[in-house]
Amino acid sequence: MELLLAPINFIDQFLLKFFSAETINHFVWPFIQIGLVVTLVAGWVAYATYLERKISAFMQARLGPMRVGPWGLLQPIADGIKLLTKEDFIPEKADRWIFFCAPYIAVAAAFITFAVIPFAPDWGVITDVNIGLLFVLAVSSVGVLALILAGWSSNSKYSLLGALRSSAQMISYEVAMGLSLIGALMFARTLSLSGIVSAQQGDSVWYFVYQPLGFLIFLVSGIAENNRAPFDLPEAESELVAGFHTEYSGFRWSLFFMAEYAAMVIVSAVAVTVYLGGWYAPFVYRLTEANGYHNLYVIVSLLVFLAKLGAILYLYFWLRWTLPRFRYDQLMDIGWKWLIPSALINITLSALAIFVVQALDGWRGIKTIQSLASGLDLTATGKAVMIVFGLLGLGITGLLLARLNWRSRDFNLKSQRRNIRLVNLPQGKPAVPAVAPAE
Amino acid sequence: MHQVEIATTKETLLDSPEMILNMGPQHPSTHGVLRVILKLDGETVMDLDCDIGYLHRGMEKIAENRMYTMIAPYWDRLDYIAAVSNGLVWVETVEQMMGLVVPPRAHYIRTILTELNRIASHLLWLATHALDIGAVTVLLWALREREEILKIFERQFGARLTCHAWRVGGMPNDAYDDFDADVRRFVSNFPKRLDEYETVLSENRIWLSRTVGIGVISGEEAVAIGLSGPALRGSGVAWDIRKSRPYAAYADMDFDIPLGENGDTYDRYLVRLEEMRQSRRIVVQALDNLPDGPVNAKLPKIVKPPVGDYYHSIEGPKGEIGCYLVSDGTAQPWRMRVRPPSLINLQALKNLCLGHLVADVVAIIGTLDIVLGEIDR
Repeated sequence: MELLLAPINFIDQFLLKFFSAETINHFVWPFIQIGLVVTLVAGWVAYATYLERKISAFMQARLGPMRVGPWGLLQPIADGIKLLTKEDFIPEKADRWIFFCAPYIAVAAAFITFAVIPFAPDWGVITDVNIGLLFVLAVSSVGVLALILAGWSSNSKYSLLGALRSSAQMISYEVAMGLSLIGALMFARTLSLSGIVSAQQGDSVWYFVYQPLGFLIFLVSGIAENNRAPFDLPEAESELVAGFHTEYSGFRWSLFFMAEYAAMVIVSAVAVTVYLGGWYAPFVYRLTEANGYHNLYVIVSLLVFLAKLGAILYLYFWLRWTLPRFRYDQLMDIGWKWLIPSALINITLSALAIFVVQALDGWRGIKTIQSLASGLDLTATGKAVMIVFGLLGLGITGLLLARLNWRSRDFNLKSQRRNIRLVNLPQGKPAVPAVAPAE
Repeated sequence: MHQVEIATTKETLLDSPEMILNMGPQHPSTHGVLRVILKLDGETVMDLDCDIGYLHRGMEKIAENRMYTMIAPYWDRLDYIAAVSNGLVWVETVEQMMGLVVPPRAHYIRTILTELNRIASHLLWLATHALDIGAVTVLLWALREREEILKIFERQFGARLTCHAWRVGGMPNDAYDDFDADVRRFVSNFPKRLDEYETVLSENRIWLSRTVGIGVISGEEAVAIGLSGPALRGSGVAWDIRKSRPYAAYADMDFDIPLGENGDTYDRYLVRLEEMRQSRRIVVQALDNLPDGPVNAKLPKIVKPPVGDYYHSIEGPKGEIGCYLVSDGTAQPWRMRVRPPSLINLQALKNLCLGHLVADVVAIIGTLDIVLGEIDR
């Protein structure tokens, strides 16, 4: 109980024997947190492959890994050992140094981002940068560099095509992704990820209620940004063999894999933080922190966060094993013709909604805003206005874009769907007598 | 008149050579060891050439040194997905040359198993075609159904893939005891499963956008190239050897021929799905009217067709598979020639692919439903 009630003092007291208080705050604690997060993320990546295999297996009416350990639970470890002991093959014509470095860039870009993700309040976040969201977007886009370098240095045509596709894809979807977040930022009035969560806590509403359109755009472009199905063109197995990592093997290949899964976790974490309230869930605060159970509060919040994260990740797996793959030009169409215009509409409507709410406040005695101290804290009337605008956004965008894209070939697919004719041909002279003639 | 040179054409603005991309022979989606040499501008296919022969076994030549009864297993290895129908071409050709009259029961069982084989072949096509376009789950669902058919084959023939199903003059043995029950169980479950695939694919936006209008070939063009089977019927040409020149027991069966409209990948997909339904219909009819009696005709000690030549073809799952046989009156054929539907359907690849993207090439190879064992022989 001691552990749950107060801050973790005993670790501090232990550390104080060796370091000064300042060193502990600025140096030792962060390292402990970093170590924890990196270990957990690496473990997650290993077990995400297991989960993905199990989930896909259940969708496909089979069992998935069952041999290594109970229910195949040790399979990821066996895979890890296999990958580590495999030959690290470098093609003769490859650009050795770049080929060497590319996977590390990919992994570094993915892992650095975890520094600002608020897994839980208080000690649940490594560092709370006040431009956290910007940091996430900036660092995760470095990952594109790794893919281009890997594709280019492999000196293989498949890798090159994969790299070109991925760079075009990531750049165009990053635009939509960034734009879709702006609506939520206008509500939270901060770029700090912890700040966004506490703004939602203050308003006691998850932002996907206000921003259904933004949430949708973010999810779609996030999946595309991660090169996951149905947008997994850079590594489109059936066309480009394995895309940018065709020539990679063993440990370096597994680094790319780790980077992919870590990037998936990051995008899901940002989606959870910005749109699903992060670690905030109703009643948790009132039941724990208000009664003085501070560490319990942090731990429960962490579990809440992980549960939401799991839901979004399940969506990733679900989509991957259900949908066919888009073609390259169709992917670009979706990015530029649908997502970016909708994101712009979303920004406009969000701004309009905030303007209306502020204008209504105090008009004929209507009260819409409770406080603006940290994010928007709205009354029930204000919330209703916001939700109406959110739904309006969905409708307007749908209608407008449908009108704009009406003549595009890919839009009116349902009307292009045809039925086949069934005809009964006249029978010709049999080649083989079907019934034996009477003897 | 004074002319100003303006850099308007693509060549002068962006003088980049096209890229030659070797697709195969080791590539996940060329369905074997097909090598496609693509000339790409960006990702657009400018030119295309196929290199075949990696699986050449000289099967037609081997046949010249084998007794007639010994050739049948080689036919299984042509289109190993549809070994049962392939075997049927061979035995029927020899039977025709010798003027053998096969008992009706053998004809009916042949019809049932050939149609089951058509379903199995189309299921494997659906599985790989969907996989090529990225829908992985359909692969395993379709293989689950195919497994049921292969189990029936295993119990009947003792082998799952290369069955060596028929003998000249009939069948090696009668249908096994539970044959009727097994086939009926399969045909009662099958439509439900087929509808399942349709819910995943037919109405799916991504599937539609990947297949509608991709690889269009008109009816005239298809006939000119010599396409056959679902690839031809997808273009709206009503041609099916089961109807126009019935063999086995097809003359007694009542079934329809599905025809597409536009001749694109989506039409061929629908045609094949409907063909599976019609195949099921045929199987049920044949099972209901299965006559009793022997399954073998009386054969001479050594199979020796009289001097002459004969061409016989059937509607295989991939198209018209035919056998041209020249006999010099000895126990070995003088010449045997196969009409491989996959090879002839593959001729359309260039026409279908030009101007499309690399991703479409994969989809088009899938929709032609080729098997390299048959192309290379």
